Amino acid sequence: MATPRQYEVVFIVDPTADDDEVSRLTENHKQIVTDQGGTITKEESWGKRPLAYEILHHTDGNFVLLEIEGSGREIAELERRMRVNDRIIRYLTVRVDEDRRRAEKFKERRARKAAKRPTTHGGQNRANATPEFASDESRDS
Amino acid sequence: MSSNYEDRSRGYNGDDDMDRGRPMGGRGGRRMHRRRICRFCMEKADLIDFKDVRLLQNYIPERGKIIPRRITGNCAIHQRMLAEAIKRARNIALLPYSTD
Repeated sequence: MATPRQYEVVFIVDPTADDDEVSRLTENHKQIVTDQGGTITKEESWGKRPLAYEILHHTDGNFVLLEIEGSGREIAELERRMRVNDRIIRYLTVRVDEDRRRAEKFKERRARKAAKRPTTHGGQNRANATPEFASDESRDS
Repeated sequence: MSSNYEDRSRGYNGDDDMDRGRPMGGRGGRRMHRRRICRFCMEKADLIDFKDVRLLQNYIPERGKIIPRRITGNCAIHQRMLAEAIKRARNIALLPYSTD
């Protein structure tokens, strides 16, 4: 019953590292995630970007984004590795599944409201709507 | 003297009634703030992404501070989402904490 959680992980690699090292690191991380039983849904490499402030005396860094699906165990393992690795100067993990689910709900609700307005039968639309309410566990209706 | 007292009391009574009746507008330089519409509510944005630097940069002027809601006109929900996204972007060095 546990729906998979979605995380976005952004990490910044030392700018002195060349592209090979960056791709090797990324592959390494992907391997860690799949070993623990998660899946990678998106991988983006933003390349070298200037940083807004200095981190460890570096003014730019190599950005990589990974989108991961799974339970929390892969994230714990990944963060542990990233913390130990000296080449990664910063990382940020964000859990996005709840936000996305909420955004989807808003969109659906808005679409339903828009469809309901021109029609005079409210019962018809409500019958279509009930399965959606039953399926997701929502705290606010 | 008595006539003065009467005048003064009448004046006070009149002023008190009028004060309680309507709100004091324009006392002490307070102005009615403009009713600006929340831009995100108009766009129906449900997710404000911390990676969208160009969007977030509109809300941090030169010093790098987050613009308050009474100036941007955002609604409370979107202002909170925006502030959270800006703080995350600052953490990952996409936006500065402060520029001096």
